[in-house]
Amino acid sequence: MIARLLLKSLFVIALPVVLVVVWWAASAGSTDPFWPPLRTIVDTFPDVWTADRLRTDVVPSLLRLLAGYALAALVGVALGTVIGSYRAVRAVCEPVLEFLRAVPPPVLVPVIMLFAGIGDTMKIVVIASGCVWPVLLNTVEGVRAVDSVMLETARSYGVSGLARLRHLVLPSASPQIFAGLRQALSIGIILMVISEMFAANNGIGFTVVQFQRSFAIPDMWTGILVLGLLGFLLSVVFQLVERRVLGWYHGLRATTRRS
Amino acid sequence: MLDVRALRKVYEGSGRRVEAVRDLTFTVDAGELVCLVGPSGCGKTTLLKCMGGLLSPTGGEVLLEGRRVSGPPPGMAFVFQEYGRSLFPWMRVGENVELPLKQKDLGKARRRELVRDALESVGLADAVGAYPWQLSGGMQQRVAIARALAYEPRVLLMDEPFAAVDAQTRADLEDLVRGLWRDRRITILFVTHDIDEAVYLGERVIVLSASPTVVREQLKVDLPAERDQLHTRVDPRFAELRTHVYEQIQAAKRGGVQDAVTKSDTPPPR
Repeated sequence: MIARLLLKSLFVIALPVVLVVVWWAASAGSTDPFWPPLRTIVDTFPDVWTADRLRTDVVPSLLRLLAGYALAALVGVALGTVIGSYRAVRAVCEPVLEFLRAVPPPVLVPVIMLFAGIGDTMKIVVIASGCVWPVLLNTVEGVRAVDSVMLETARSYGVSGLARLRHLVLPSASPQIFAGLRQALSIGIILMVISEMFAANNGIGFTVVQFQRSFAIPDMWTGILVLGLLGFLLSVVFQLVERRVLGWYHGLRATTRRS
Repeated sequence: MLDVRALRKVYEGSGRRVEAVRDLTFTVDAGELVCLVGPSGCGKTTLLKCMGGLLSPTGGEVLLEGRRVSGPPPGMAFVFQEYGRSLFPWMRVGENVELPLKQKDLGKARRRELVRDALESVGLADAVGAYPWQLSGGMQQRVAIARALAYEPRVLLMDEPFAAVDAQTRADLEDLVRGLWRDRRITILFVTHDIDEAVYLGERVIVLSASPTVVREQLKVDLPAERDQLHTRVDPRFAELRTHVYEQIQAAKRGGVQDAVTKSDTPPPR
């Protein structure tokens, strides 16, 4: 049992270790100022990412990301449920949705700057406007795909209105909704950085650009490492939440696979 | 109790017009256990859904205790064939059974009591905290039956509930249904395509024709009230009745509504 656990964790960390070792060895003797040795980057890391910097740059970035992401999740699930539930609404909305979805969200940054300014509102709106699509479209599909027998069951037992939404439609669509939320998370991180690169006075994206402009190349690389670590951490948190909320779904899938 | 009068259902869609049910008239008395049997594809499910208020008939009407059924009536509970798709996999067994009760404005204590009582009477008191997909097919259908029982219906509609379980489980479930019917005095309408099951379970068997469906025959099952898998199924009278129903179904498959002679409640001669 313990041996198997050890083996499993070995598999998990093997590739990252190999990659770091390769990077370390390949960059060891580098004199190219744009590709500093990994050693230098690691040495610089604690000097750059001090507690002070975490407070002034990482926390604001995270707060904007969370606000935009939460807004997108709320709007996406709410609109998606309405669109998925009514065929008529779907027929009207679908072409517009396809168009809006095709517009790359970073393009919206200059536009949104015009009416939302360059403050936090702009960044939150940019993040939300990019994250909302995968959530919305997946919710529509999930709500549409509710099993007909389950719907009839609910009807025959008088489960209607809000109870139906809460106990049948949303739980049934939740695996799809989570798939959308997962996509939205990576889009959100990208947009967080991009919106901070355009116009900002703090944030991780802003910091990376500042370092690049002042030719503090190792410092710039540490910023990229921070972004990678942040993405990884958020995805781990997301997985934990998903395991909890969709425990029934994973169990159900495991049993249907077995039989 | 339950009156079906000149029921007719025509499906129309994409240029095709299918007359599933042509003209059905029959009654189910309070406290009766009636089995509906017919050749496969004869519109049994359509009929049951019309009776349960899940489909609106093209013509005719269904009356429950004298009142016309226009939507799912509160005194009626449904057990579907597809138990796997009828129980909600994100809810535990207890929550599944309790959900319909929440719509009924019952207090929490009363709901608990009904859930416990219903699960006990299907022999699944221990499974309250399990998820449906952790149970076998037969147990899942028991949960669906418990959900119907907890709803305290006066009429229970069962749509081929045991078609998807294995033979041994099926025999157990048949005895369970008869036991519940005897103990709880619920009116049960049981749809099946299995002739033996219809004769074994029913106090009365209604034989349907092939689609477009009419009632071909109504047959009183004059077997003793106490039935068990071992003795009832080898009773010569059981064999007679099942043979009779089998012949009717075969004739129904060949078509020809006209040669349906007996439309009475009289059993065939011994």
